[in-house]
Amino acid sequence: MNRKHLISPKSQDKLFKIFAALCTGLVLLTLLVLLIDIGIKGIQRINWSFFTNLPSRHPEESGIYTALAGMVGLLFFTVIIALPIGILSGIYLQEYGKRNKLAKFIEINISNLAGVPSVIYGILGLQLFVRTAGFGNSILSGALTLALLIMPVIIVSTREAIKAVPDSLREASFGLGATKWQTVRRVVLPASFGGILTGIILSTSRAIGETAPLIVVGALAYVPFVPEGPMDQYTSLPIQIFNWTSRPQQGFVVNAAAGIIVLLLFTFILNGTAIYLRNRWYKKTAI
Amino acid sequence: MTCPGIVKLYDMFRCYFLLLLCPLIWCSCFKAYKGKINIDGSSSVYPLTEAVAEEFRKQHADIRISVGISGTGGGFKKFLRGETDISNASRPISPEELKISRTNGIEFIEIPVCYDGMAIVVSPKNTFVDYITVAELKRMWSPQSQGKINSWKQVRDSWPDVPLNLYGAGTSSGTYDYFTEAINGKAKASRGDYTASEDDNVLVQGVSSDIGGLGYFGLAYFTENKAKLKLVPVKYSTESEAVFPNDSTVQHGKYQPLSRPEFIYVNLKSAKKTYVQEFIKFYLEHASSLAQEVGYVPLPQAVYRLSHLRFTRGSTGSVFENKSIVGANLLQLLSKQE
Repeated sequence: MNRKHLISPKSQDKLFKIFAALCTGLVLLTLLVLLIDIGIKGIQRINWSFFTNLPSRHPEESGIYTALAGMVGLLFFTVIIALPIGILSGIYLQEYGKRNKLAKFIEINISNLAGVPSVIYGILGLQLFVRTAGFGNSILSGALTLALLIMPVIIVSTREAIKAVPDSLREASFGLGATKWQTVRRVVLPASFGGILTGIILSTSRAIGETAPLIVVGALAYVPFVPEGPMDQYTSLPIQIFNWTSRPQQGFVVNAAAGIIVLLLFTFILNGTAIYLRNRWYKKTAI
Repeated sequence: MTCPGIVKLYDMFRCYFLLLLCPLIWCSCFKAYKGKINIDGSSSVYPLTEAVAEEFRKQHADIRISVGISGTGGGFKKFLRGETDISNASRPISPEELKISRTNGIEFIEIPVCYDGMAIVVSPKNTFVDYITVAELKRMWSPQSQGKINSWKQVRDSWPDVPLNLYGAGTSSGTYDYFTEAINGKAKASRGDYTASEDDNVLVQGVSSDIGGLGYFGLAYFTENKAKLKLVPVKYSTESEAVFPNDSTVQHGKYQPLSRPEFIYVNLKSAKKTYVQEFIKFYLEHASSLAQEVGYVPLPQAVYRLSHLRFTRGSTGSVFENKSIVGANLLQLLSKQE
């Protein structure tokens, strides 16, 4: 009894508050230190020529032009491939699929897939797309691999978004004599689209930073040309950064920092858009 | 209920299939190239090949060259499937890989392109190490030492009882293969309880701040971090003289056994194409100056000339098929085969 009141509940409350604030502060501090370190190292290197130059052995002449082009191409195809499959699977599982053991099983597996280390997807992509399908080390192989990687996230977020659409909407639609497909297309999808979009953007910002699976499926390091199509070779910004950090010359470290700033900007913009859309969407549907 | 902006976005999204047209438009603006050369393989040869490709591009913009970094083993895997024209390698092709090349019917020309001296380094705070012998290195790194040799005193009696912390290349790198073969007598035979990293900059950081640390990596990483590290000269045997690695000692074979040659392997089929021939000619003409620029040691000029001769004659196969790479005299080996 006595021990329990050694610290009064009130001060316990206070202590916990301080402890939690400290934890948050620690996380933020780590992030801040990383950002400042990268910023100080890299910001001087960011200028127009950094975006327009080809890779080079001279760090000060080396640029990210082709890496950026490769990354944009890669993301474009990743989204184009993952989008319909992910959304349609989500719709099926949530609106059409029966609630039985198989559905449970599939659900667990999709959640598990979202947690599989990305390099495993790379190995799968290497065998499936690069070798068996014969796409070689092309943008298409890379995009298919990344699409597999982000698909579980898209499926899960699509389901969450659809689940949040109130049943009264569906019932009203059915009441007017609409078929299931009409209801899904005209009512459920428009109402949940904000949430779906958020999921897609967040998964894209995950795909943007992936390096390991791309190295496995054959992204190259020195690519002095913009890819000419989905079947062409490519490099991506994370690969370029990885390559720079392992070079002995100090100048490449600066380049890597500058590359990281560009990559971070991309992720910030994507995540910012996602947060903006989510806020807007929740405000409208939560009524 | 739903916000109109989102609905509009959703409507736009139904034009998804229009997006599919974009790649077709993209594909239709092709540029014509005279030829494409695909190179992949070792990350240690990469800086040199990149430099050569960059210079080559200035003169031959119509020949497209791409270079990957899959590692020596990964590069050979692609090379032996016929997926690449040239493979960068920081060790000679292995007997298993030779076997695959025979079953796959891939013939190749082996070309040494530069030397890389492997630097043995300690922290600048370490004042007691003046030189190290190969036998002492073996005592530190051999698989039998795992968990047993933990102090500098155990390696040489006159050294103090300071804990010995080792830093070295990761197991998938060609550097690891070469070092273990040169020091322990067998490739891939090494103690496992050391700090391993594929990224040499990590090793530099580790050794520089650790008074009991000792590490090995490419000479270029020492040259770029001279202030943070102390280079240790190596004695081949107790009687011989302690040698520092530098351009001259590495090139003339005095820094033994830690001078390793780096190679490129050219697929014979590709070697028949004129633009590949042009590239190889350019490579061997400029390797000497470019190697120095990126931190490697050039081979003697005679070796480059001999290699080009062998290339134009189409001499296939590896001169290291039944011979160890460690301590090999390239000039003798290559001319013997001619």
